[in-house]
Amino acid sequence: MAPEYNMMELMICVASRYLENGKTVAVGTGAPCAAAMLAQKMDAPDLVVLFEAGGVAPMLPKMPISVGDSSTFYRAVMAAGMSEMMTTCARGQVDYAFLGGAQIDKFGNINSTCIGDYHKPKVRFPGSGGANDFASLCWRTMIMTVHEKARFVEKCDFITSPGFLGGDGGREKAGLPEGGPYKIITDLAVMGFDDETHAMMIESLHPGVDVDKVQSVTGFELLVPSDIGRTGLPTEEELRILREEVDPLRLVIGRA
Amino acid sequence: MKVLEEGVGPLFMDPDPDKARVFFREKSRAMVDKRTTVKQAVEEFVHDGDYLAIGGFGANRIPNAIVHEIVRQRRKGLGLLGHTSTHDFQVLCAGKVFDRLDSAYIVGLEARGLSRNARRYMESGEVQVTEWSNYALAVRLKAAAEGVSFGVIRCMLGTDTFKMSAGKEVECPFTGKKFLAVPALWPDVAAIHVHEADMYGNSVIRGISVADLELARASKRLIITTERLVHNSVIRDDPTITSIPFYLVDAVVEVSYGSYPGNMPYLYFSDEEHLALWLKVEKDPEEFEKFLDHYIYSVPDFQEYLVRCGGLKRIEELQRLENVVNGPDCA
Repeated sequence: MAPEYNMMELMICVASRYLENGKTVAVGTGAPCAAAMLAQKMDAPDLVVLFEAGGVAPMLPKMPISVGDSSTFYRAVMAAGMSEMMTTCARGQVDYAFLGGAQIDKFGNINSTCIGDYHKPKVRFPGSGGANDFASLCWRTMIMTVHEKARFVEKCDFITSPGFLGGDGGREKAGLPEGGPYKIITDLAVMGFDDETHAMMIESLHPGVDVDKVQSVTGFELLVPSDIGRTGLPTEEELRILREEVDPLRLVIGRA
Repeated sequence: MKVLEEGVGPLFMDPDPDKARVFFREKSRAMVDKRTTVKQAVEEFVHDGDYLAIGGFGANRIPNAIVHEIVRQRRKGLGLLGHTSTHDFQVLCAGKVFDRLDSAYIVGLEARGLSRNARRYMESGEVQVTEWSNYALAVRLKAAAEGVSFGVIRCMLGTDTFKMSAGKEVECPFTGKKFLAVPALWPDVAAIHVHEADMYGNSVIRGISVADLELARASKRLIITTERLVHNSVIRDDPTITSIPFYLVDAVVEVSYGSYPGNMPYLYFSDEEHLALWLKVEKDPEEFEKFLDHYIYSVPDFQEYLVRCGGLKRIEELQRLENVVNGPDCA
């Protein structure tokens, strides 16, 4: 019998599998950090975790509450600063970064600045933080988010951090280095981006989800390739490690 | 260098390095006793209208005694560097002390949620804002520290963050590639909280430095608050760990637990209950006024704030929490 799991656990397990051994990943708090920790305890023991405030390769004793709290450099190899992190990204030495936002469009551009008119915002959000830097400078960026129509929009109210901007050639034209969005992992599906147009496409559907369901909560037309897969379910070992070692207090995976 | 496109955000500070040099030429290099009180440091070095920057990372190693004192002394019309600012920003919004802002990260407290009051203030239209990314602001400080008028980055390009910034897209004279030039920023005054400092201001930071090494070197005036005041001989025993030298520093104040309710690496963890209380009471503006009066306006100093937050008993709990992460209790 397949093990029981909740959507957050599924998303974390799926995200963790994309993180390859020996690569570098810049993470934030919460689910991305859990995914990186899980990857390290599964098939990627030499995955290097970086935090934007300066922590390099910590032996994370617990889930951080801030990307600058003391757990982010607990038994780290270096406690540096923001410039060290971002110059490492700029040199091309950071493979993955996790991002988040209030809105995302079909080219993976992200809004974390405001809803409504910028000068008279309905809601003001934090802004870029380090997100624009990671989105500009890392090779592959990923997002873990709930799948809602208000979030997956035709056009962001404000583009805080770049995905593929206007699509094919958009980053190059803007002067950005090669890189950009890689996977969007939601509670319904995993999305990637078409190699040529760089538009978002469904790659795999979670159990019990069909294309219509995903499309119905997406504010733009998703590309639907003929060979859509099924998302690999969390294994018993992944769930055990996630629950017992990564997040024993269930701060991220919840108490469901 | 050819300018290709310009952001439309206001530029609040003059990026001319020669004007900065004139200032720094006159800044004292005397290795003298700079010890003072929080109250005096703010009275003397933070004036209405100044451009202010706060060190640390939002709720980690923040000079919170200075932040409270600025609010208590009701400073007005400040410019503010909204760089990795979270709880510090929340407190400064409570006092409405600033009206112009270079913003990279504001109104949020990371995983803890958004500050309702900070949002209200930012949505009120009372604050002029220019957008940046975290690295862009670190590079603006770095350029200032280096005595040049701009830094060059490869971020923000192609986005609205760029459009609402005061950066300029430029063409590289060597490769023809596009980069973003960001103007040097010399804040009028900054406050940084450190682990150890001597009375001259030689300072030791343990753990991550965030952007404080750049900030210390860019700021025209610098207030250091320190967990522990140490003798100059302690600094000289191991000068490799000094990261802020005395000639950058204007004032030194010993403030034990000075990052509270923020985390101080290796010493005490953040008080998540108290930070949650801030976020909760902000939802009701009337309750929030009473809260501010109780914790900031009606107390004479930061020490009394600590007492009202549970005093040494609470601090000892936070020390134990930090030890779970960083001390002998760690499994």
